Amino acid sequence: MNGPRDEFYQRDRTWHPPAFSRDYKTSVARSPSLPLLSLEQSMSEITGPTFGHSDLGPLDNDLIRNYAHGGEAIGERIIVHGRVVDENGRGVPNTLVEVWQANAGGRYRHRKDTYLAPIDPNFGGCGRMLTDGNGYYFFRTVKPGAYPWRNWINNWRPAHIHVSVFGSGFAQRLITQMYFEGDPLIAQCPIVNTIPDPRAIEQLIAPLDMNAAVPLDSLAYKFDIVLRGRRSTLFENRLEGN
Amino acid sequence: MTQKLDRLKETPSQTAGPYVHIGLAPGAAGFEIFDQELGRDIAGPNARGERIRIEGTVYDGTGAPVKDVLIETWQANADGIHPHPADPRASEVEAGFRGWGRIISDFDTGAFVIETVKPGAVTGRNGRIMAPHISLWVVARGVNVGLQTRLYFADEAEANAADPVLGFIEQVHRRETLVAERTADGVYKFDIRLQGERETVFFDI
Ligand SMILES: [Fe+3]
Repeated sequence: MNGPRDEFYQRDRTWHPPAFSRDYKTSVARSPSLPLLSLEQSMSEITGPTFGHSDLGPLDNDLIRNYAHGGEAIGERIIVHGRVVDENGRGVPNTLVEVWQANAGGRYRHRKDTYLAPIDPNFGGCGRMLTDGNGYYFFRTVKPGAYPWRNWINNWRPAHIHVSVFGSGFAQRLITQMYFEGDPLIAQCPIVNTIPDPRAIEQLIAPLDMNAAVPLDSLAYKFDIVLRGRRSTLFENRLEGN
Repeated sequence: MTQKLDRLKETPSQTAGPYVHIGLAPGAAGFEIFDQELGRDIAGPNARGERIRIEGTVYDGTGAPVKDVLIETWQANADGIHPHPADPRASEVEAGFRGWGRIISDFDTGAFVIETVKPGAVTGRNGRIMAPHISLWVVARGVNVGLQTRLYFADEAEANAADPVLGFIEQVHRRETLVAERTADGVYKFDIRLQGERETVFFDI
């Protein structure tokens, strides 16, 4: 039996995009029209799947090499790194981060993607990793290209990387997208603009991080991810967070 | 002026998009890259309890099947224990039981299948017993924030009637949107309706 201290802070639904976003057309028929039922958390929500290093392979966080077929992926080589923390600012250790993206030309390796940019034979476009004891993670990839999509007739997605994070309870489950500093397509994107608050959008834009770049090899971007905080971290001083 | 609370804001959600399979189930996207794809085996080989199969489809507000949906499932084992350190009985969970799965709908029909064992009842808040259920998290193109819901079992009528979560749904007829119908021995049917008539109850947890 759990108590209130095991629970997560209420999710701020005004910070997230609403389910219905007129200008993101696919959401119109896929958004519940009745209000969500607010539920106090129980064991089913404060627990969630756990992962370990045995779930992963050694190249899983290296998208330049994890689908190599005789060469390396083509494109601007980058490192993406950051921390997964909770709303109390505490690192979330040993949590699974999964990423997927288009190749440098803006094409996905997916049977449903028919964009005319070529498939890169050495690029799969997915990676995954566990955060370390402090919530830190990193992966290496190529910068994805922008690509057109069918919404209005001339919509283009800004360069982005899709990111999935678990946390320690099923109620923390989150999928989001990371954008790149300075991209003029961000402001025009109907998917970005499902998020009502400009400060929340800024939270998805990764800055160039020259200090983490590898000279003569890769540029770097920093992307921190914040998951819901657990109440217990207010009262307890656990070594590893929870 | 007052002091600042110094609380961070949760990273805002964005849609999983049409190519979610690349990241979370690359086999379904059409290529093999990892030695192990995660979430394919929910219960594992040693799981106690009844093996079940749940078949369903996710429908949009027009009644069309959602063919690019990804569902994650989370459940207790047959004894009502979650394999997670916050569950005081976690050490009793049978080896290989993950309780978590990833389900992809068929790209042509939208049909999905969940193969697992039937969970046991779980002790909820204030010691109240929750009827056997599976927690579901639904993401897809057009879904801006993953949708949380639950699946209950029609052949647990007595437990369902006492379940605190089902009991909290004010419109009594909407409770049945969370109840999977038993169609054959060990087989259930459970559809999810994102919007409109018989819209599934979704939770803000
Ligand atoms: Fe994308």
